Amino acid sequence: MYNTDTICAISTAVSSAGINIIRISGDLAVEAADKILVKKSGKHFLSEVDSHTINHGFIVDKNEGIIDEVMVSVMRSPKSYTTEDVVEINCHGGISVTKSILEEIINTGLVRLAEPGEFSKRAFLNGRIDLSSAEAIMNLISAKSKLAARNSIKQMEGGLKEKIDEIKDILLNDDARIEAYLDDPENLDLDGFDVQLNDDIRNMKEKLINLIDSYQDGKIIDEGINTVILGRPNAGKSSIMNILSKSERSIVTDIAGTTRDTIEETIRLGDIVLNIIDTAGIHETEDVIEKIGIKKAESKAKEADFCIVVIDSSVGIGEDDKKIFNLIKDKKSVVLLNKSDLNGNAHETLLEEIRKDTNSKVIFTSAKKGEGFDELKKYIEEEFLSGRLKNNDDIYITNERQLSNLKEALNYISNIEKSIEMGMSEDFYTIDIMGAYHSLSEITGEDISEDLINRIFEKFCMGK
Amino acid sequence: MDYFYGEYDVAVVGAGHAGCEAALACARLGLNTIMFTMSTDSIAMMPCNPHIGGSSKGHIVREIDALGGEMGKNIDRTYLQIKMLNKSKGPAVQSLRAQADKQEYSRNMRNVVENQENLTIKQEEVTDIITDENNKITGVKILTGGIFNVKAVVLCTGVYLHARCIVGETNIYTGPNGTPSANHLTESLIEHGVKMLRFKTGTPARIDKRTIDFSKLEEQGGDEKVVPFSFTDKAEDIEKPQVPCFLTYTNEETHKIIRDNISRSPLYSGTIKGIGPRYCPSIEDKVMRFPEKNRHQIFVEPESLYTNETYLSGMSSSMPEDVQLKMYRTLPGFEHAQIVKHAYAIEYDCINPDQLKASLEFKNIENLFSGGQFNGSSGYEEAAGQGLVAGINAAMKLKNKEPLIIDRSEGYIGVLIDDLVTKETLEPYRMMTSRAEYRLILRQDNADLRLTKKGYEVGLISKERYDALLVKETEIAKEEERLYNTQVTTNAKVQEFLTAHGSTPLKTAVSMAELIKRPELDYEMLKELDVNRPELADDVKVEVEINIKYDGYIKRQLRQVEQFKKLEKKKIPADINYDDVMSLRIEARDKLKKFSPANLGQASRIQGVSPADVSVLLVYIESKYRRQQ
Repeated sequence: MYNTDTICAISTAVSSAGINIIRISGDLAVEAADKILVKKSGKHFLSEVDSHTINHGFIVDKNEGIIDEVMVSVMRSPKSYTTEDVVEINCHGGISVTKSILEEIINTGLVRLAEPGEFSKRAFLNGRIDLSSAEAIMNLISAKSKLAARNSIKQMEGGLKEKIDEIKDILLNDDARIEAYLDDPENLDLDGFDVQLNDDIRNMKEKLINLIDSYQDGKIIDEGINTVILGRPNAGKSSIMNILSKSERSIVTDIAGTTRDTIEETIRLGDIVLNIIDTAGIHETEDVIEKIGIKKAESKAKEADFCIVVIDSSVGIGEDDKKIFNLIKDKKSVVLLNKSDLNGNAHETLLEEIRKDTNSKVIFTSAKKGEGFDELKKYIEEEFLSGRLKNNDDIYITNERQLSNLKEALNYISNIEKSIEMGMSEDFYTIDIMGAYHSLSEITGEDISEDLINRIFEKFCMGK
Repeated sequence: MDYFYGEYDVAVVGAGHAGCEAALACARLGLNTIMFTMSTDSIAMMPCNPHIGGSSKGHIVREIDALGGEMGKNIDRTYLQIKMLNKSKGPAVQSLRAQADKQEYSRNMRNVVENQENLTIKQEEVTDIITDENNKITGVKILTGGIFNVKAVVLCTGVYLHARCIVGETNIYTGPNGTPSANHLTESLIEHGVKMLRFKTGTPARIDKRTIDFSKLEEQGGDEKVVPFSFTDKAEDIEKPQVPCFLTYTNEETHKIIRDNISRSPLYSGTIKGIGPRYCPSIEDKVMRFPEKNRHQIFVEPESLYTNETYLSGMSSSMPEDVQLKMYRTLPGFEHAQIVKHAYAIEYDCINPDQLKASLEFKNIENLFSGGQFNGSSGYEEAAGQGLVAGINAAMKLKNKEPLIIDRSEGYIGVLIDDLVTKETLEPYRMMTSRAEYRLILRQDNADLRLTKKGYEVGLISKERYDALLVKETEIAKEEERLYNTQVTTNAKVQEFLTAHGSTPLKTAVSMAELIKRPELDYEMLKELDVNRPELADDVKVEVEINIKYDGYIKRQLRQVEQFKKLEKKKIPADINYDDVMSLRIEARDKLKKFSPANLGQASRIQGVSPADVSVLLVYIESKYRRQQ
């Protein structure tokens, strides 16, 4: 169903450089932003600021932990791009930070992710931009729906639809049971329904959480692992690169990605794609640390899903290596002790030394002999492709819109639990049961207007 | 030979539940109105079940009353038993249902319509609608050739058009209950371009009360505390001793008789072509479709105090009468039952309601309105609700005023009409509580707060009644405010009270409203702690309590309603050419042409029109509109 609720999106091309802007538009824009924005004192303040001001503050998560320091502009209706209330959050560049802010905004439950071109569409509909844009916007919308159709076919093949339908089926049965009873209370009863519903809720939650968790896995399969290779000059980064890329080099095509801009190399290891981030210069100088400085390396490492640290085992651990260990301490990472063919007995000593500074997995490699790379591949698979994904018949969630719908559905189901806890009668559950049903139906893109009525008649013998 | 008979503003065709409301509305709004009926003895007849209201239907009756209609008042005067359904559930799904004394109901309504100023009643079959060259209504013709010049017509023909009653192998070409059928109007409508459908419904047998052994049945009484349907009636004025209903069940033997004779059922032999409602399946349908159910509940309901005829709710059938007799006699208590009137199915002509606007005027025939089963619905209440709206809108049209459109967030009547005009009607449409997406707001208790203002604006609600409503509104708001501002402190009396009622003692002071929100407490209980509480009427207290107790849920629904309203306000120009709208999918284009929705909200509810299509349409309309500026 088309609606005019509050929407948000990253409105700059997402890249690691500079500053990104997240735009929120709609009646609840200020309210939503206010929920996640505080002053240094921890006070929420945005709902009180004047229109057309830019405000300094900190984006915080649920637990009031700071995500980023930002500047936030507030432009109240009608003097804004869409003529609705608009909030723009200028946050520090970096894909992960920007995305986590976006996620926080959506998690307020007040805002949904915008469709492509939706801000412009609103701007047009509200008379803000001129007629010539109308055609372009129409094309965009219809292209979008074609794309969505194509995507949904793809997902149907992937079995996602099946998974979603399983949950939808449970929801519809529960709702039909309640509705049939409410409609014909003298003929039907709800005996034993509370037990059934509790089971169903547990079951649905588990299924939803599995799908939501598969988002990370799915994203990785779909988009690859953003990987940075760190190491002192001459540690052997380029030879590692060469081995990796020689094995099965391929360029991933046709995936519209926001993170591709900075990817230098795409390397495929079996099921897994490694996007080597910003390795520019590696081949020529092998000198990332010196060339771009520890600061720059820090930001690269922060963005990456995965860090590979290369150490020349013939040289041993130096100060620079220790700095690198510090950089990766919260990251998924692996330490490669390269040139291990050169040095036989000193390995144990070296390993001990490394253990003092990092908990990362250590793998001995020899670029020359090609040793250790199978172990590396296996390690990456274990680390990124959780058993869950493997057991899930390759069903995974890859786009944020689906993720947001799944989370919405999960949220509705938690509301049912709350209603039960509060001792509300069954008719109150129906609000959230159908809420969850609608959210899931958006993923599969089906017309559901008569589903419930049909299910009631199919399952229950009603009427006089 | 045709001849001029008379001149009226409005002709209402049919005097059932829709016709009576339509005729009364027109006459009360000052229009010179004539109501035609096949038989004045069948005015407001209840040819099927002997009750009014029930889940979601009770809401419709309350809404009819809130708008100034008659049904609520009529049942308050003629009920045998009243019950509030779903009393243990939330306020949204509680619904009134009354057993009616059918004969009293009909007689009382006949008395009202016969004595209504501006209203003429005529027993005559209408055979033709007459239009001018622009397909605008100019009159109607009756069977004897008389022509009535009228400005508007409201068709409420119920199940009478080409009616055929079927019992087993026997066809009886009459309307319900042996009344004559109307066999001419359909052709006139088809000539005017109206698309007709053929639907089917059915009714159970009526059994002689003296032949039922009631000692074998479970007795079912009404509520001790009566809630009237009409907002203008007081409980104490309508209280009376109530008449019980009874309960029995079918059994394996019943089902065996049905299965053994299924080939003789016209439903299964193919004699019946009309589409029946899933909601009111015949007993043979129930047995065949739900073989795992070893019994079905049957309600035994009195038809009237003036007759021994007894209705068997849940056991309609079109089986041959010999099978009927055998199967009814398998019910406990019915071993010696005598059938006074056999069960039958009835087939009739009705329209596909996609030809109607939300005002219930035909899109292609100006000043022709319609309501009730003729529009593809089923049920007395659904009929009355549409009849009222159709009548009001015929009047509004003739007075050059805006039509009364109740949207989905304002009433079940709105849901009913919107469903009829935007969805494919594949079976007789019956209201169900699950059809209303904003039902927490559409409660039976607040129908007056939702709709009486509209009734007043239309002209069916008196100034006094409207003023009383405004007072009620103010009292509710004031009391809610007071409760939110009244602090309850942590003193010993409070803590003791809370503990005594199984509620957690307070840590800090809270408002009285917060305490009302606790599931284990309510407004009435908390009177003890609420020293400054004013004396308020019961209906005010009910609203205050609901608004506070379910505040969170209500707010969420109101937010959804706001979204819904935005799209509802985007009008689609009547002259739109969907072929000009590039990027629409073909299916959507076809559906939009077929339904020609009045606004984008309606468009979005048409099956086969996707959100992307709605977006495309929105942008198209906006750009066209701006170009014209």
